[in-house]
Amino acid sequence: MSAVLEVKDLQIAFGGVKAVDGLSFSAHEREIIAVIGPNGAGKTSAFNCITGFYRPTSGSVRIKGVDTTGKRPADIAAAGVTRTFQNLRLFPDLTVLDNVRAGMHLYGGQNWADAIFHTPRFKRSEAMYTEEAHHWLDFVGFEGARGVPVRNLSYGQQKRVEIARALARKAELLLLDEPAAGLNYSEKQQLLVLCRRIRDLGTSIVLIEHDMVLVMELFERIIVMDFGREIAAGTPAEVEADPAVIEAYLGKDDTAVLGNGDA
Amino acid sequence: MSENVDTTQAPLKIGPPRSRLSRLLESRQLGVVALGAACLAPFVTATPYALNVMTTAAIFVMLASGLNIVVGYCGLLDLGYIAFMAVGAYTAGIISKSFELPLIFTIPAVLVMTVLAGLIIGAPTLRLRSDYLAIVTLGFGEITRITANNLSITGGPSGIFGIPGLLKIGGLDVEEPAVLYYVTVLVVAGFVLASARLGKSRLGRAWRFVREDEDAAEAMGIHTYKVKLLAYIFGAIWGGLGGVLFAAHLSAVSPQSFIFLQSALVLMAVVLGGMGNMRGVVIGALVISLLPELLREFASNRYLAFGLLLVIVMVFRPQGFWPARGYERERATLEAGAAAVPTEKRR
Repeated sequence: MSAVLEVKDLQIAFGGVKAVDGLSFSAHEREIIAVIGPNGAGKTSAFNCITGFYRPTSGSVRIKGVDTTGKRPADIAAAGVTRTFQNLRLFPDLTVLDNVRAGMHLYGGQNWADAIFHTPRFKRSEAMYTEEAHHWLDFVGFEGARGVPVRNLSYGQQKRVEIARALARKAELLLLDEPAAGLNYSEKQQLLVLCRRIRDLGTSIVLIEHDMVLVMELFERIIVMDFGREIAAGTPAEVEADPAVIEAYLGKDDTAVLGNGDA
Repeated sequence: MSENVDTTQAPLKIGPPRSRLSRLLESRQLGVVALGAACLAPFVTATPYALNVMTTAAIFVMLASGLNIVVGYCGLLDLGYIAFMAVGAYTAGIISKSFELPLIFTIPAVLVMTVLAGLIIGAPTLRLRSDYLAIVTLGFGEITRITANNLSITGGPSGIFGIPGLLKIGGLDVEEPAVLYYVTVLVVAGFVLASARLGKSRLGRAWRFVREDEDAAEAMGIHTYKVKLLAYIFGAIWGGLGGVLFAAHLSAVSPQSFIFLQSALVLMAVVLGGMGNMRGVVIGALVISLLPELLREFASNRYLAFGLLLVIVMVFRPQGFWPARGYERERATLEAGAAAVPTEKRR
């Protein structure tokens, strides 16, 4: 198995605070990895470093063997990464279909001259964009009107649209930042089914999750982060038994360390 | 394909508003109707004054359609847009006058100069967030005007006059007011159509993505900086060619034509008409350019009346006359094998 994503000794500091402090892991083809950890453990910061929204202080990120450390997010997206955001980041005033079309920006090969003169290539690519947008919305099980502004939709529907948009990018690696936040138990189950179907398309998934129970039940490989570092990794059983994990989540001895609300 | 479809959900009642009027307004033929009306207008009144006003209005539509790309589609607040018109008008004027060329042959040079101007203004400023961008563009607009006011090549405060006409073929002189009006209307119609088409393309969507959420756009592989620069360059081209028409219309160019008020008026046309919707912007531009003329009977108070009307419109319709609608057609037929989604059975 070749590594789709290799993170080596990733570090990022904001002033004196080391949000990510020497994180290393790799994701292989068709693998689903869950990154868990208490609030402030550096999970989202690590995601932002991988996708180029933060410039890592040191360390390296390789995607499909290509070094993408410190590149622009758009270039990293072009290298084969797609992501969702912790708080929905859709284009609220645009239609559902347009939101999904955003994921297809990198292909279709239509330029401005095609648009102005409505060349056959323009018509072909527009038809393709629309068809694919419907396809991905079907894939994530999105029901409802698709020609309406996405801001009119419920939270759960918007989450699906965001995943559809990320899938439309057709990247090899999908990063999901807390996709299950705000979902109830059955919706979370549906999400996991969806993750497996995405994996079956040949996409690797790295996702951030808070809900320990869910993670323990359903993922093959888990990375536990705290204080910007990986404190444990392995199968759910291994992780669950790791004293460092218990300490991070529940605190040591009698000292009551606040975990997080969801856990 | 979609095994987790929840069929218990009631059909959603959110769809595009569908009255007869709105369908009429959305129809594709509306642009043709508007062009027809513009072509028939001289048959109603063709006094030199009326032709002058109508030609000016058409040029103003051109400017508004260009600024709509920058402000409406891409969300970049540009307060110095008239500078591009100045660059176009001065380039055309200087070249055609010094080489005794009809204005039409200056277009390649105008394109080069306006694209350069777009790059010079855009490249350093587009990394700024919108409020800073507004201030910087305001500064650039004024710099352009003051430069023109002080250079000798631009004729200083009195500007350039006696600019040759657009083109002269045999007996047909485009400088003839009626002919110039028709030429202007046709050119402007073409550029309005081009701008509208750009808005509904891959690039146009990228502009809207950038306007709505730059980070999310970037995460989808859209080079936000490049895309913004493209919006700026397209805006500059529209403005520069508007400047050529302007020079042809007045056969004179002077710095007083490019004061900040002009930038503000073009911006007002875009906002008043409905940002991002070409049809609305054309209406906004016509209102802004024609209303002061129609209000002439208020004599010295006409700009007061004009201002009051603008305030009233903005209070009661802050999104503009005709804003970009956030709706599009639903899928007409279901693909084979796709889920039978309740909402799509409505028709």
